[in-house]
Amino acid sequence: MKQIVTLLCLGFFVSVPMWLTDPYLLNALITTGIFIIGAMSLNLLLGFTGQLSLGHIAFFGIGAYVSALTSLGFDVPIYGDFHIVHVPWPPIAGFFLAILISGFCGYLVGRLSFSVRGAYFVIVTISFAEVVRLVALNWVELTQGPLALTNIPSITIGLPGLGYLVLKTKFHNYYLVLAVATLSYFLISRLVHSHYGRAMRGLMENETLAVAVGIDVTRTLTLAAVISAAIAGAAGSLYAHYIRIIDPDVFAFISTVTMVIMVVSGGKGSLAGPVVGGIIFGLLPVFLRPIMPPEAQWITYGVVLIVILFVMPRGIVPSLAAKLGLARAGGTRRASSAVSERTAEEHA
Amino acid sequence: MDQLLQHLVNMLVLGGTYALLGIGLTLIFGIMNVVNFTHGILYTFGAYMMFIVVHQLGLNFFFALPVAIVAGWLLGALIEITLLRPLRGADIDTTMLVMIGAWIAMQSGALWIWGGVAKSIDNPFPDAPLVIGPVSVSWLRLFVLFAAALLIVLAYSLINLTKLGKAMRATFQDSDTAALMGVNVSLIYTSTFAIGSSLAAAAGALLGPVYVVFPQMGDLAAVKAFAIVILGGLGNITGAVIGSFILALAEELGAGYVSSGYRDAMGFLIIIMVLIFKPTGLFARAERVG
Repeated sequence: MKQIVTLLCLGFFVSVPMWLTDPYLLNALITTGIFIIGAMSLNLLLGFTGQLSLGHIAFFGIGAYVSALTSLGFDVPIYGDFHIVHVPWPPIAGFFLAILISGFCGYLVGRLSFSVRGAYFVIVTISFAEVVRLVALNWVELTQGPLALTNIPSITIGLPGLGYLVLKTKFHNYYLVLAVATLSYFLISRLVHSHYGRAMRGLMENETLAVAVGIDVTRTLTLAAVISAAIAGAAGSLYAHYIRIIDPDVFAFISTVTMVIMVVSGGKGSLAGPVVGGIIFGLLPVFLRPIMPPEAQWITYGVVLIVILFVMPRGIVPSLAAKLGLARAGGTRRASSAVSERTAEEHA
Repeated sequence: MDQLLQHLVNMLVLGGTYALLGIGLTLIFGIMNVVNFTHGILYTFGAYMMFIVVHQLGLNFFFALPVAIVAGWLLGALIEITLLRPLRGADIDTTMLVMIGAWIAMQSGALWIWGGVAKSIDNPFPDAPLVIGPVSVSWLRLFVLFAAALLIVLAYSLINLTKLGKAMRATFQDSDTAALMGVNVSLIYTSTFAIGSSLAAAAGALLGPVYVVFPQMGDLAAVKAFAIVILGGLGNITGAVIGSFILALAEELGAGYVSSGYRDAMGFLIIIMVLIFKPTGLFARAERVG
């Protein structure tokens, strides 16, 4: 049943560019798709390990900058006459480097910050993102600072026997984003259903018990952070090569908030949650734009977030699933996790 | 040397207002355990109240300051009653996300009402600065320093010397026992949040005339407040005051001797360093954070 729904949804998404000709809507779908990839990676941390990272945009931005700089090349003076010079590489190399380097940053942040939890973890991740943003803003030799990196080339794929395909049009980019999103979805799905995934949920629900049965806390959480950061980096790379101009505003805190809203409204800890939440909140501005000014759109955004948290604190997908009787074990599991969280807080 | 003295004077003025922000947040985040993303908005709100009273109503500068503080108190009480009271007992993440929603909505509201153009607030002080030897400081900044010091002393006495302060401390140590002893716990939650908010509004009202007023001015202020609270240890008021001056000193020296572009990075670096090496804060009693 669940597989059929997943396949039907995938089939629907594949068909969209065939009948949707409005370039504005297609553009909104592509950027929404990129943010959904980011939201899925955030969900891996927030929904499956219970760690709220409010600096997630840092990995997205690092991916964007790494990918852009790899394909543009740079010449950076380090000290005196010593320069680091990089000649442009093909954008696809930038895409893979973005995944690697973002993943490595995820490793560093994970190692350093998983010793603190809860509100402290949130604040460390915010600080990390802001420091990265300030470096992007001030290291002008490398990043052009507020002048932005421009003319970022589109991703090119070499097809055997057919030459090179430059993914420049919205039509191409839609399928590229869809492919990466689908891959990420199945990667995360595999991971959370593996024994690592069970270890993550065990940690989220009762850390003391999980440790007692031999789960390595730091190792499990760091693994989640690395994969989460790597996927966010891939999304950032797609963003850079699609928009083709990036400035330090990609690190804006509001973008992390957007991803968090997508995850929480859709349902954290549910694989489809970020996709559903992402589509709603990604396309909400498209429908609000004709009827209200941008400030009012953001007010609506904030109010909708508050209302969802008050009305459906578990998110849309789990609430609907519970209504339809699909989540048989899901409800009890989450209820018990809420209880254990509260007791954990009382002990802290 | 002269330059260093000037930096130290600037540090005092900056640190005084940071202390107001920090004390306000250490009450809300440190004691109530609410990760308060609206703290920066209250700072912005205080500054705009100043602007409204001085420029749109044309009233006296010194009258505007208490108006801003009371308005901050009322807005804080409103946020607590409408958003936090129904969520008491919810987990910390839910509360945090609701506060993020409130922050987005309120900041966009400020942008809608007052526009994105930065506004400056006139002050009645002479333009010529006070010069003492190699150091010069404007009269306005001197007033800000003294007003901040007065408010810090007031807040400190309120929390440590009054019956309300005692009830506050009792409530957050053990709210069930406090309730059994006849403390109106709901009222204490509301007043604590309102007091913290009014201090943030006071900081905004004091710094608004020094710099300029714009809707996003509170974002950095909020981060700095978090840095101060973490540096001083959660709920530690003396720690928050000392932390404010450390942050102000780090910013002044960072801007003066490293690069002014990284001035605002100091708060974040302090947060990361403190949480990695001494997560209980510099002046805290032993406490578990993991």
